[in-house]
Amino acid sequence: MSIDLKTVKHISKLSRISIDDQKAKKLEKDLNAIFKWIEQLNQLNTDKVEPLTSIAETTLRFRKDQIESKNIREDILKNSPKDNKDYFVVPKVVE
Amino acid sequence: MANLIDLTLSDLVNKVKSKEISSKEITSAYIDRSKQSKKLNTYVEETFDSALKFSENFDNNPNFKKKLPGIPLAVKDLFCTKNVKTTASSKILENFIPSYESTVTENLWNEGAILMGKLNCDEFAMGSSNETSHFGNVISPIDDNLVPGGSSGGSASALAAKLTPATIGTDTGGSIRQPASFTGTVGLKPTYGSCSRYGIVAFASSLDQAGPMTKDVKDCALLLEVMSSFDPKDSTSINFKRPNYSSNLNKNIKGKKIGIPKEYTVDGMPLEIEKLWEKGKNYLKDCGAEIIDISLPHTNYALPTYYIVAPAEASSNLARYDGVKYGFRAEGENLIDMYEKTRSKGFGDEVKRRIMIGTYVLSSGYYDAYYLKAQKVRKLIKNDFDNAFNKVDAILTPSTPSSAFKIGDKKDDPVSMYLNDIFTVPVNLAGLPGISIPAGLDKNNYPLGLQIIGKPFDEQGILDIAYSMEEKINFKLKTNDWWIK
Repeated sequence: MSIDLKTVKHISKLSRISIDDQKAKKLEKDLNAIFKWIEQLNQLNTDKVEPLTSIAETTLRFRKDQIESKNIREDILKNSPKDNKDYFVVPKVVE
Repeated sequence: MANLIDLTLSDLVNKVKSKEISSKEITSAYIDRSKQSKKLNTYVEETFDSALKFSENFDNNPNFKKKLPGIPLAVKDLFCTKNVKTTASSKILENFIPSYESTVTENLWNEGAILMGKLNCDEFAMGSSNETSHFGNVISPIDDNLVPGGSSGGSASALAAKLTPATIGTDTGGSIRQPASFTGTVGLKPTYGSCSRYGIVAFASSLDQAGPMTKDVKDCALLLEVMSSFDPKDSTSINFKRPNYSSNLNKNIKGKKIGIPKEYTVDGMPLEIEKLWEKGKNYLKDCGAEIIDISLPHTNYALPTYYIVAPAEASSNLARYDGVKYGFRAEGENLIDMYEKTRSKGFGDEVKRRIMIGTYVLSSGYYDAYYLKAQKVRKLIKNDFDNAFNKVDAILTPSTPSSAFKIGDKKDDPVSMYLNDIFTVPVNLAGLPGISIPAGLDKNNYPLGLQIIGKPFDEQGILDIAYSMEEKINFKLKTNDWWIK
């Protein structure tokens, strides 16, 4: 199965990464090479294999549902590229 | 006294404890040398002034009960350090200053260590040659124009060039062991769940582990002992009794059964690597271990499996870089446009490629064919190791299928770059501990490493085997300081 230019642009949209036509062509080539190589997995019959979803064979721990960090608004906003001291600021979304 | 920078971490600790040398003497020596070694491009952030201050504080009020008393360390820039810039070598995080500390680095400082700076790496730890960093290539001290390996390339290079007495890296598919092998140093990836992932910039969460990179095996045991801890802040941290790896270190490996997997003889592997492996087997026999041929039948499928699982997890982990909460933002006409431009300009090519692979394999209609398939094959790979460990105590393999290569050699061919990790990736997929130790030189005098893979949580076992082999191998790392004018 090959990945065409249209698919590359669709993936770029899903990934929220804009790409120009030149980059898209390069990616088309790269992704096809990578997926051609990945296809060798189809040599294996895995119909009866359980997928491995977690390598640590433990169940997740429960913790108390309580607030651990308090008064960290400033810390959280400190690295924001744009804020008004109380909120993150983004381009207008509601007309 | 031997030159300070030539001493091992363990020697430095002992000399501080016996008051032969001060923290400030050590710290100054490493800072001076680091300043003379800019050509290697290992540091992305220097904290030399504060390190000197901390060392003075330590000397004025020393606590010799600490395991790393007043020892300066530079660490990979993937670990969040409170109030010290942490970039993951990416443009998108170029101004990020964490307000919290990673658990692993916190463990270091709690035992008396002092931060000297943050070390270059592949962007978001995605790479095998340290050529994907936003801050430029790292040069190996082994030779001009040679890659140090990756992704912990700055760590490996700084360690081999003696700019830090030891360091820490992260390993998702070989990012500690491969650069250790390329630079003639020791690197260990612990069992998944041993070292906390809290505060480490996430790449692929089911594979990522932090680990020590050191001059020798004894240092490796000491540093692992400090790094490893149960941490409630990491949901996959495992609560097991962590031994005192360094004081338990034992050269007696008589009767240990070591497996040699036939599938690790790969096409095109240089003869010198096969010879090195053979030599490794003989050293183990000399130590009284028993060599047993084993099979890990799904080895060949590990890399394609990894290149589904790791990008899938990465695409999800890196969704957080949206130009809103932290990091770089590019202005756009609307919200979506802002996201797309931010991520396009903020990420480098390899990171974008992997996000797109991951997005594709998780997308509607392709999930079963790729992601689910990979999870199933991952199970088969883990079963291979489980079966092998019914027969053997540990497994010996080469660390890499070749020695270090020149900068630019593989940059334009992603698949050939990925093949570098053929011997290290299966270990991450199965969550096992693995250590790479320097074992010889190739025809160009470039270092070559051997890898020992252990059962889950048997770090002590592989450290002991490495410790006994190290004595027989007697590897001496030689660099002639060519990068210092």
